[in-house]
Amino acid sequence: MHHPGTNNKVYKKINDNFEWSSENFKKISEIIKKYPSNRIQSAVIPLLDLAQRQNRGWLSKNSLEKVAETLSMSYIRVLEVATFYSMFNLEPIGKNFVQICRTTPCWLRGSDKLSRVAQEVCETNIGETSDDKKFTVVEVECLGACCNAPMVQINDDYYEDLDEKSFKKLLQDLKTNKSIKAGSQIGRKSSQPERKLDA
Amino acid sequence: MLKEKDKIFKNLYGFEDWKLGGAIKRGIWSNTKELIAMGSEKIVEEIKNSQLRGRGGAGFPAGLKWSFMPKDSGKEHYLVVNADESEPGTCKDREIMRNDPHLLLEGCLVASFAMHAHTCYIYIRGEYYSESSNLQKAIDEAYANNLIGKNACGTGWDFDIFLHRGAGAYICGEETALLESLEGKKGQPRLKPPFPANAGLYGCPTTVTNVETIAVSPTILRRGAKWFSSLGSVNNTGSKIFSISGHVNNPCNVEEEMGIPLKDLIEKHAGGVVGGWENLLAVIPGGSSTPLLPKSICDSVKMDFDSLKEVKSGLGTAAVIVMNKSTDIVEAIARLSHFYKHESCGQCTPCREGTGWMYRMMEKMIHGNAHQEDIDKLLDVTKQVEGHTICALGDAAAWPIQGLFRHFRPEVEKRIKEYRLGKVA
Repeated sequence: MHHPGTNNKVYKKINDNFEWSSENFKKISEIIKKYPSNRIQSAVIPLLDLAQRQNRGWLSKNSLEKVAETLSMSYIRVLEVATFYSMFNLEPIGKNFVQICRTTPCWLRGSDKLSRVAQEVCETNIGETSDDKKFTVVEVECLGACCNAPMVQINDDYYEDLDEKSFKKLLQDLKTNKSIKAGSQIGRKSSQPERKLDA
Repeated sequence: MLKEKDKIFKNLYGFEDWKLGGAIKRGIWSNTKELIAMGSEKIVEEIKNSQLRGRGGAGFPAGLKWSFMPKDSGKEHYLVVNADESEPGTCKDREIMRNDPHLLLEGCLVASFAMHAHTCYIYIRGEYYSESSNLQKAIDEAYANNLIGKNACGTGWDFDIFLHRGAGAYICGEETALLESLEGKKGQPRLKPPFPANAGLYGCPTTVTNVETIAVSPTILRRGAKWFSSLGSVNNTGSKIFSISGHVNNPCNVEEEMGIPLKDLIEKHAGGVVGGWENLLAVIPGGSSTPLLPKSICDSVKMDFDSLKEVKSGLGTAAVIVMNKSTDIVEAIARLSHFYKHESCGQCTPCREGTGWMYRMMEKMIHGNAHQEDIDKLLDVTKQVEGHTICALGDAAAWPIQGLFRHFRPEVEKRIKEYRLGKVA
């Protein structure tokens, strides 16, 4: 199953120059302070995360090199980390990165139906990006919100207690650039025992 | 059932304010200075007496773990909180971190003091974005109110907490992989010994502990080890957050007494199995790596470490995954095999190759596209993976498959038979 985060090749096609934004440059000095001064390599994951956010959700070769340079690490050590962790995308993704949890607790409550809905509404296959670059849809392993299954992560936020209908609406709203509400889609506060209204 | 007054997690569902104001109302940070004044030996002693067992899955006695930290190593000591909650079925630490983060932070201070650590890192899984932002806000509040930082809570103890976000790797929930990741490397487990208590983060004495274990410790110190050990039974004391997911009417997290019967847990808290108790097929009692239990065992089993061990499963993280009779049980386990294949770090050959092989075999068995002798071959491979890897991921990948065949072998045999017959016809 394709996923831009489990790809271990560096994407060669686009290679814009990468420089830290001034805002991120300030953040870096704050992040590095968390670790002992001779151990700043510890900051590689936070810095890759910053770089990915600045680079529209994925890491180009130049951004990896920038992180290596910033932390005085060799490029291969940074690449090793970027390929190991699934949250680092090594190829461009769409505006909305839709990650559907497929592991057993979500599957028991219908995650495979959500995958079908996503493919239909986003007009793309699992693991691919839609032609309008609005959506990249992937199936991922357990996201740790099993009492609110089935659930989906879109960019940073979790969308929980979904069913086909509510998920379809979410995606259609995204498609038409409407704002959507994160969290439970049946109005649960968190994971309290509460009967689904339409169950 | 656990009485309201004995609950430790008073804001598990986030109905009240999670910020400092709300936390103080719930009694958090109320007499932290007095707890610290007990002295580190007394704190460790009290945790030992409470018989608290680690809530991260392995169930190792917490007080004993804390006592492994050397007294004067001459090096920096670290407490690392394992908030890389990724075991399928488990979503309890998430609720602590987003709805009651100060409970965790106070625990960090007390536990770090007991382990002579001036620095604590909380390693939270990268996907928990809103959880980490709540936690970071709580850390900022605690600094601003001098609860942590220099002279934390006026105790004279300097103490820093740093939040570190991971980036999506189940294996980083293994303690040494977590340390590797925190040091800025791939999250591949280390060989033990040396154990983290001797050489952990940056080669310094380190204790890695689950969020829930840390979060309950101040309450234990406040109310006394006797109170905590009066809940549950010997060796399985206290209360615990159970995550109930899958085919139940009201999936939920709930704090309950250890040793509650599984049936009560499902019926009283989660609204029962979808279609009624008689419609139950099987339960995975403690997160994906614990072997499943068929209904006959679920009827009477108690939810604690020792009772579940007796039925060849485990309490793990107390994540109860309920499956009713509509479930394709083979696919349910095959999906878990896919999970382990995806999450294997690739360091040890038996796990790297074995998880993939086991998944492909399980995938075939969903449709019965195998031979009868393949079942024994598959079980043999699970035995070759189990116990032959650096960390427990290999074991965790093997156990669900072993559990499936222990209780549902005739089902798979039937599928293979039907598939073969269909081919001949």
